[in-house]
Amino acid sequence: MMRAARPFLAVEGLSVEFPTEDGRVQAVDGVSFSVERGKTLAIVGESGSGKSVTAQAIMGLIDRRLSVVSGRAWLEGRDLVAMSDDEVRHERGSSMAMIFQDPMSSLHPFYRIGAQLSEAVLVHQKVSKQEAREQVLEMLNRVGIPDPKTRIDDYPHQLSGGMRQRVMIAMALINSPALLIADEPTTALDVTVQSQILELIGTLQQEYDTAVVMITHDLGIVADIADHVAVMYGGRIVESGTVDEIFYEPQMPYTLGLLSSVPRLDQVRAERLDPIPGNPPSPISLPPGCVFQPRCAYSDRVTSHACETVRPELVDIGGGHTMRCHLDADQRGQIASDVLSALAGGGA
Amino acid sequence: MTQIASNGDQVLRVTDLRTYFPVRSRGLFPKTIGQVKAVDGVSLSVAPGETLGLVGESGCGKSTTGRTVLRLIAPTSGTIELDGDDITAMSAKQLVPLRRKAQMIFQDPYNALNPRHTVGTIIGAPFEVQSVTPPGGVQAAVQDLMERVGLNPEHYNRYPSEFSGGQRQRIGIARAVALRPKIIVCDEPVSALDVSIQAQIMNLLKDLQDDFGVAYLFVAHDLAVVRQIAHRVAVMYLGHIVELASREDLYAKPLHPYTHALLSAVPVPDPRAQANREQIRLSGDLPSPINPPSGCVFHTRCFRAEDRCRVEVPELRELLPGHTVACHFPMVDLQSTPSSVESSKI
Amino acid sequence: MSAYVVRRILSMVLLLVLLSLVVFILFSLLPADPARLTCGKGCTPSVLEANRIKLGLDLPVIQQYWEFVKGLFVGRTYAANSPDPVQCSAPCLGYSFKRGEEVFVLIKDRLPATIWLAFGAFVLWLAAGISLGIYSALRRGRWQDRSVMGFALVGYSLPSFFIGLVAIFFIIIRWQLLPFPSYISPFENPVQFLQTMILPWIILATLYAAFYMRLTRNQMLEVLGDDYIRTARAKGLPERTVIRKHALRAGLTPIVTAAGLDLAGLLGGAIITESIFSLPGVGSLAVNSVNDADLPLIVGITLVAATFIIIANLIVDLLYAVIDPRVRLT
Repeated sequence: MMRAARPFLAVEGLSVEFPTEDGRVQAVDGVSFSVERGKTLAIVGESGSGKSVTAQAIMGLIDRRLSVVSGRAWLEGRDLVAMSDDEVRHERGSSMAMIFQDPMSSLHPFYRIGAQLSEAVLVHQKVSKQEAREQVLEMLNRVGIPDPKTRIDDYPHQLSGGMRQRVMIAMALINSPALLIADEPTTALDVTVQSQILELIGTLQQEYDTAVVMITHDLGIVADIADHVAVMYGGRIVESGTVDEIFYEPQMPYTLGLLSSVPRLDQVRAERLDPIPGNPPSPISLPPGCVFQPRCAYSDRVTSHACETVRPELVDIGGGHTMRCHLDADQRGQIASDVLSALAGGGA
Repeated sequence: MTQIASNGDQVLRVTDLRTYFPVRSRGLFPKTIGQVKAVDGVSLSVAPGETLGLVGESGCGKSTTGRTVLRLIAPTSGTIELDGDDITAMSAKQLVPLRRKAQMIFQDPYNALNPRHTVGTIIGAPFEVQSVTPPGGVQAAVQDLMERVGLNPEHYNRYPSEFSGGQRQRIGIARAVALRPKIIVCDEPVSALDVSIQAQIMNLLKDLQDDFGVAYLFVAHDLAVVRQIAHRVAVMYLGHIVELASREDLYAKPLHPYTHALLSAVPVPDPRAQANREQIRLSGDLPSPINPPSGCVFHTRCFRAEDRCRVEVPELRELLPGHTVACHFPMVDLQSTPSSVESSKI
Repeated sequence: MSAYVVRRILSMVLLLVLLSLVVFILFSLLPADPARLTCGKGCTPSVLEANRIKLGLDLPVIQQYWEFVKGLFVGRTYAANSPDPVQCSAPCLGYSFKRGEEVFVLIKDRLPATIWLAFGAFVLWLAAGISLGIYSALRRGRWQDRSVMGFALVGYSLPSFFIGLVAIFFIIIRWQLLPFPSYISPFENPVQFLQTMILPWIILATLYAAFYMRLTRNQMLEVLGDDYIRTARAKGLPERTVIRKHALRAGLTPIVTAAGLDLAGLLGGAIITESIFSLPGVGSLAVNSVNDADLPLIVGITLVAATFIIIANLIVDLLYAVIDPRVRLT
């Protein structure tokens, strides 16, 4: 099959290595994924999975004097990793933008929000300050800030948490970037505000035809907004596919474990949840084989004991659904159907 | 669930509790210029061995309620009865023996433990404070507890920094259950933890309840977590309980518009179910608890509010057996709710 | 804002009253009898008693204090009933019988040298400390950072009397690069003034600069790790703008506080530096007054020094409100 044009964002073999006191740490190891405009990819994982570092590496926010970023990140055919610091800086805020978890600490406490937003305009567009301010007002209006003419002169501390995140979104989208990376954008917010913010991101995504990379630990958000999902564990993508594949045909025991760990609002499955035992691995000392093996309930079914010694490759099991696991297809299918039926039947 | 209102059978009974924080001007002669009505007339009770979930968004007063019932914060008015004793006005000294009956688990396992004390000292502290010598000695008792909560008893002499977040929460739990209290106030005990660890801790709390018959007042913002662990659930908004019902009733048939909106706002981890859920999006932000709205405190954001709601404070009344709600226009007319995907249950 | 300033000034006055009262009571509890110290060799009990009355020491402490406060506003006359009364005009901070001079006048004469010393050193240490601190933070962990921090450690640990004496020995005595220090007003003889002040400035600034380097570096490092700096970078701002506009303003705020209070502290006298270079400042006056047990002078200097600190506190708070919009002066 002829390979079509590269996807809008195509990350290939992205790795990030940090120096620490305990030696070099491979925070991200060979991560690959792609997103098209107008689509949403959710990167799911627990703390230390490397999901935030992946996002920052794409944005060029990792200090390359201190750490090693390798691999490729093609944005509209240009490799962000190969660019110089200054070239990436020109892309940041114009063709790609990012919003963060805590909107309070992410806004500068000493500057009015109008000034912080105009700054984003002025650094990428050759317009007058007055024109920049017009654009800011327009954008504040679009993200649903009531009475933007007054609010533009507010300081961040004068706004509520939800309003601050709206300001962050306005700042990110003011130069109409084609890629928006959202790193846990609603984790610090209340649920009623969360649903407002997710809806806003969705609306603006349609309006601007933006590709969205949503980094989250919340499977509910993933189910709500994602088209594709990449599950990260120990710095690697361990499974990725469409949202339906991940939720209804999961292959990798870690994905299954996540699904059975979350309590659900819409049903009580069983009096006891079925959590993954143990703790997420520290990136400083990853196990030599499959990074999930120490917590995996099924690795003893692999008779070759490959799980303890061999890092499983990312395998495409059909139609772009990929995963890393030494279990064979029959074993995976059996385990998945057991777990999923236990989940579905638990509340009866 | 029928509960007879006699004072003896509840491990915790709170009546018309109010906790106001004065707002003072700064300077040499501060004046009180207002009051934050963090908790404004809350009544609830917890039966032995029961878990009462207390949910709401930030600033609703759920944590303050949790702390006030343990007298960690002084109540402004109302009464708090712990296992039949009125502790509302007790002195710190009088409270000491009662602390055996009531303990607390905190949200942040990183800050709640003294980093300079060994785990053994931390978990053994309640014995020392209460001058209780368990049979077999403190160390043996502590190591038993460690084993019980899933910690390696050989780590008795380690420091909190050597443990992961989930393990630290286990340390906090071991300390809380050391004296076999009748009730533990859990303040967001799993919200700082990763999903897989969250489930482990929730299971542990359930197991301890089964073994020791301890009751929990479980304060949390995560409605799915509360659904998993609580027997009954109280929903708070701006210092008030707006709805209180059994878990089954509250999640399946919420009567208060706020509960309804809250439930519909939480996305469920099931793409097809999520796509079919109707969401009620509340407009605006939480009003200031210094100047709460008149009448029903929720009327400024309520999609069912009418003139009456702006004037008249709705009383908490029992609309259905065991299901109380403070609303002039409760949603009794709705058969099913968007938040319940009943198909998987029936 | 203006209401706030008025309130702050009122509480400042109250604080000064309390402070002076405490100082007064503390000194009255000292075993040293000031009347005895003014009496000299041919002291007889009757002279002693006369001196005591002259100084007002026969009165209860509170009444002495009241006389003192009154004197501040309307002046006072010591030993009014004796043949040789002593006049102390308002603002009367007390009268040094030891020196035969009003305390206010004594301090006023010594203030210029102290103020020149303090301000000169202040400018030097801020310039050196802040710039090197920022430089160090931006090159964290590299050799530049290590050398600056090494230098700071040396400056921090060398006692100023030691480097002061070494400097005098080599620069003035051995190499004769500068004349012997002899303080003169800059308006009279600017060249001699500079020749006199340059070493004291450098010596005094070294200690503070070392402290400010570390403070600035730590502040900058903390701020550079803050979320809003990441936001500024995510906007695509050039690193220069990120540092100058976003990091500096936040990072330097706490330094304003420290600098204001340190400067005010020095205005009460830089005791060691003034003594080494024999500068006629408040610090050396304080040393002498303690040696002589000149009680009224000690009380006067203590109050003046405290007043500087209290005023600096107010100014720092006001500045803070200008810099940080979250600080509301209510």
